[in-house]
Amino acid sequence: MTYRSHAELGGLPVDLAVVPEPEGDPFHAPWEPRAHALTIAMGATGVWNLDMLRSVRETLPDYRQRSYYEIWYGALVALLERHGLATADELTAGAAQGPARPVPRVLDAGQVWPMLRKGAPTLRPASRSARFAVGDRVRTSAVPATGHTRLPAYARGRVGIVECLRGAHVYPDAHAAGLGEAPEWLYAVVFTAAELWGEDAAAGQSVAIDLWEPYLEPA
Amino acid sequence: MELRVRALETVLTQKGYVDPAALDELIDAYQTRVGPRNGARVVARAWVDAAFKDWLRRDATAAVASLGYQGRQGEHLVAVENSPGRHNMVVCTLCSCYPWPVLGLPPVWYKSTAYRARAVRDPRGVLADFGVTLPESTEIRVWDSTAEVRYLVIPERPPGTEGLDEEALAALVTRDSMIGTGLAGTPAP
Repeated sequence: MTYRSHAELGGLPVDLAVVPEPEGDPFHAPWEPRAHALTIAMGATGVWNLDMLRSVRETLPDYRQRSYYEIWYGALVALLERHGLATADELTAGAAQGPARPVPRVLDAGQVWPMLRKGAPTLRPASRSARFAVGDRVRTSAVPATGHTRLPAYARGRVGIVECLRGAHVYPDAHAAGLGEAPEWLYAVVFTAAELWGEDAAAGQSVAIDLWEPYLEPA
Repeated sequence: MELRVRALETVLTQKGYVDPAALDELIDAYQTRVGPRNGARVVARAWVDAAFKDWLRRDATAAVASLGYQGRQGEHLVAVENSPGRHNMVVCTLCSCYPWPVLGLPPVWYKSTAYRARAVRDPRGVLADFGVTLPESTEIRVWDSTAEVRYLVIPERPPGTEGLDEEALAALVTRDSMIGTGLAGTPAP
């Protein structure tokens, strides 16, 4: 099965300037904070997890034509339809036309701030010792992704050095696929610019990427 | 989009999946309770308090929580410190991961194709877009936030700020300086 993420932007040779923006309201249209809040509130129902949500976002066929919060909106609608929580007809009409399906939880106003303060830590007890140590040379997998993953395409098949261990964390590749948390060791791995972009790359530049153990082999 | 999001909100409310009062709370939280002034206070404290800076280096999540900032999208914080020979810049090439409790929600450029594509490959070019030029000898380290670790850059303390108190120092700490696309400001003459 081919899996096509449209979110693999790192290192693309784009000829676009980055346009700075003053500090202030992070939203730029009245609907944006509402789309943002709806996404968090529906996430709190527990019907899907964050990795499933990211997977739906990055596979929206028109991902690169959408604004950021249009991506959020599109992914939320896709998940609602996929889980039978709302139909396309209902969302067009702006009115419920059938009964609700039960959801595990509904967030109430009093729970909002405690929930945001608590967050959702992904650190988990490790079930075995780490395979790699600080200073180890590792090579990332060169195999194309078959599902949601957090090993960026630009860093596939590259050699880096383990800079630190970050403990065992929920493994997004499994979590997004509905296979549970399946915690794996997470490492910060440093790659030189020359390794990532070729010998012409500027000296004195490096990229550190947080990578899970299954992405790595000894080099 | 305005109408589509309104329709979505109506359906989800009618079906009882979301509580309108909870939506109002969420919107208020991200417009008024979290933002880059939180991070600026963390940086200013680090500049004046060596023990706090050391704590921040070792366990940023706990050090930042001691100032009251914690939670969603900041569960695992790491502080990376700039120095004369080393500049740090943070990106999320795969989506938009950003340390919400200390910086709030990200600006549009942080989520843009231009930034996500170029930050890892051409950080000096990105810095130029922000009007920043670093010495050739300065190493640049870009952190791609691919996991649930969130990075906060501790910019260098500007020269000539020895007499300033923490609040005045925090006013010099820009959002961009904590992402690594800017430098902390210098005090007005």
